Amino acid sequence: MRVILYIINKEFRQIFRNKGMLPIIFILPLLQLVILSNAATYEINNISFGYVDNDRTHTSRALIDKFRASTFFDVSQVFPHPKESDLAMLQGEVDVVLTIPEHFERDLWKDKNIDLGVTINAIDGAAAGVENVYITQIIKTFNKNLAVDMVQLSNNTVQPVLIEGIPLFWYNKTLNYKTFMVPGILVLLVTMITLFLSGMNIVREKEIGTLEQINVTPIKKHHFIIGKLFPFWVIGMGLLTIGLVLAKLIFAVPMLGSLTLMYFYTSIYILVILGMGLFISNFTDTQQQAMFIAWFFVVIFILMSGLFTPIESMPKWAQFLTELNPIKYFVEIMRMVMLKGSGLTDILPQLLKTTLYAVIMNTMAVWSYKKIS
Amino acid sequence: MSIRIDHISKSYGKVNALDDISIQVHQGELFGLIGPDGAGKTTLFRILTTLLLPDQGSASVAGYDIIADFKAIRKQVGYMPGRFSLYQDLTVEENLRFFATIFGTTIAENYDLIRDIYVQIEPFKNRRAGKLSGGMKQKLALSCALIHKPKVLFLDEPTTGVDPVSRKEFWEMLKRLQDKGITILVSTPYMDEAALCDRIALIQDGRILEIDTPKAIVEHYPKPIFDVGAHNTYLLIEKLNAYAHKHSVFPFGEYIHYTDQRDGFDPLELRAYLKKEGLQNIHIERTKATIEDTFMELAKQ
Repeated sequence: MRVILYIINKEFRQIFRNKGMLPIIFILPLLQLVILSNAATYEINNISFGYVDNDRTHTSRALIDKFRASTFFDVSQVFPHPKESDLAMLQGEVDVVLTIPEHFERDLWKDKNIDLGVTINAIDGAAAGVENVYITQIIKTFNKNLAVDMVQLSNNTVQPVLIEGIPLFWYNKTLNYKTFMVPGILVLLVTMITLFLSGMNIVREKEIGTLEQINVTPIKKHHFIIGKLFPFWVIGMGLLTIGLVLAKLIFAVPMLGSLTLMYFYTSIYILVILGMGLFISNFTDTQQQAMFIAWFFVVIFILMSGLFTPIESMPKWAQFLTELNPIKYFVEIMRMVMLKGSGLTDILPQLLKTTLYAVIMNTMAVWSYKKIS
Repeated sequence: MSIRIDHISKSYGKVNALDDISIQVHQGELFGLIGPDGAGKTTLFRILTTLLLPDQGSASVAGYDIIADFKAIRKQVGYMPGRFSLYQDLTVEENLRFFATIFGTTIAENYDLIRDIYVQIEPFKNRRAGKLSGGMKQKLALSCALIHKPKVLFLDEPTTGVDPVSRKEFWEMLKRLQDKGITILVSTPYMDEAALCDRIALIQDGRILEIDTPKAIVEHYPKPIFDVGAHNTYLLIEKLNAYAHKHSVFPFGEYIHYTDQRDGFDPLELRAYLKKEGLQNIHIERTKATIEDTFMELAKQ
């Protein structure tokens, strides 16, 4: 026990003496949290919108005004002819072009079907999809209002029956994007920092040669490993705390679930990451190698974690692979506990899987750590 | 017998790092492994300190087998690797306390043993190890290797890259440790340090050339040896090598060490030859063989 305590003591001294490393450990992650949560948004704003109005009537102008009123569109360009709008699209000046056909108003009154031309720059397919939804919504609303107007004008006794779905967005009522992102990005920070630090730590002793000297001593393998990794466990928990405080203060993210449960899960989760770090450490000779391997895994884990893209939309084989991704479980749990207020029984499957993962990872890491070369 | 090495072999792929090595080191002996870089000295140290398994052969340290009782050996030996392995960002005292702790002891408990060495660096005990000079780092590394009172001390090229004054001091420290009954196995590429050991093993390309006391090794030198000097050393070496009867020609300090093939060698004959070849200020004098001469002679065979 005395040995473990002294190693922990030594590790902390070394961490806090490393003037270059301290800001990286504590300040950069928080900057990332603040910047990423604000910048990495799925919402698409300021879509530059152009139109070709071949009708030039009261109704066509009313439609354009609807777009003008929307916060998503930036109605800036009017094109006299489709040729010019095509050119503007090619030069990237507009993202969306709406073409209103001739006799738009007249045909509407005649109750004819009318086709509006919508051209969307679809180089970014995801953005184009979202833009399409916005446009469809605006046109639908416009159409509905128009139908009511027409019914009134024609003095018809038959009232139109409108069936409308009223969506309620549970757990994130206002569809606030940050509420969804902040818990996920917090996960990233805790994972990245603890994996990189633990991965590079034992390799560093290899590089400077102290590991060889330590290996000749009678120190027990598990004493050394616990002593080396415990400080990073503490740092991981510390990062979670700072991140949660910022999430509450800056982003006002709801925290419905129990904090204890979140800390309990995180304490096991970090063990998985530390085991991975140690495993990487054992199979590399330099910090540079360790860093590259750690990056490789982190990038795959992040992109397949459901943080930025939903797991449900991945192909079957990829969904199967995500079962091996610890970040996925952590992201799920953070969102469940923070936004939904899930309890222990709700997160039990993920908790058990993570615990199993921690046991396997650490067994492998300790087994592959050899005191001989 | 403090260290017993019995027909140890180790190869890395096709390279034979150690080839059938057998050495016996007595209790309390200062034993030197002398050989150039790549001779296999570090490999042998790593095997004896249980960091590496031999391919063949057996060995024991302080009475314990290096394979069966490796855990016991780790309690009994101190090891100072070739590169001083200290934490550069910890202070002198923290480094020492760290090694004391992982050996399950304290500085106070074994202070007697390291006092002579540690007092020299104690004034800097709050300085980071990375900021120490080469000689001080070496003293700290030795203190760290001694802090648990080892019975056997392994020093792998401890004086490489250290200034001559510190080297001399270091060997004096080793002598004092030896007086305290510690067996010391030290490797060095410096032949002048070999003379300070009780016994030495000359090692090259993983093979032992000879094991004996430095004095006996020098006496074994088979031929009379001569210091030869002239105004132009480069030309002198060239001409000596061209001489029909030469056995060996090695530069040694300001002179060339020369031996002849014939038993009845007459220095005057060589002088005449060199004069004819245009050399001036010729100096030829009988001298004593050194360990380096012996090493070169043995390595030639």
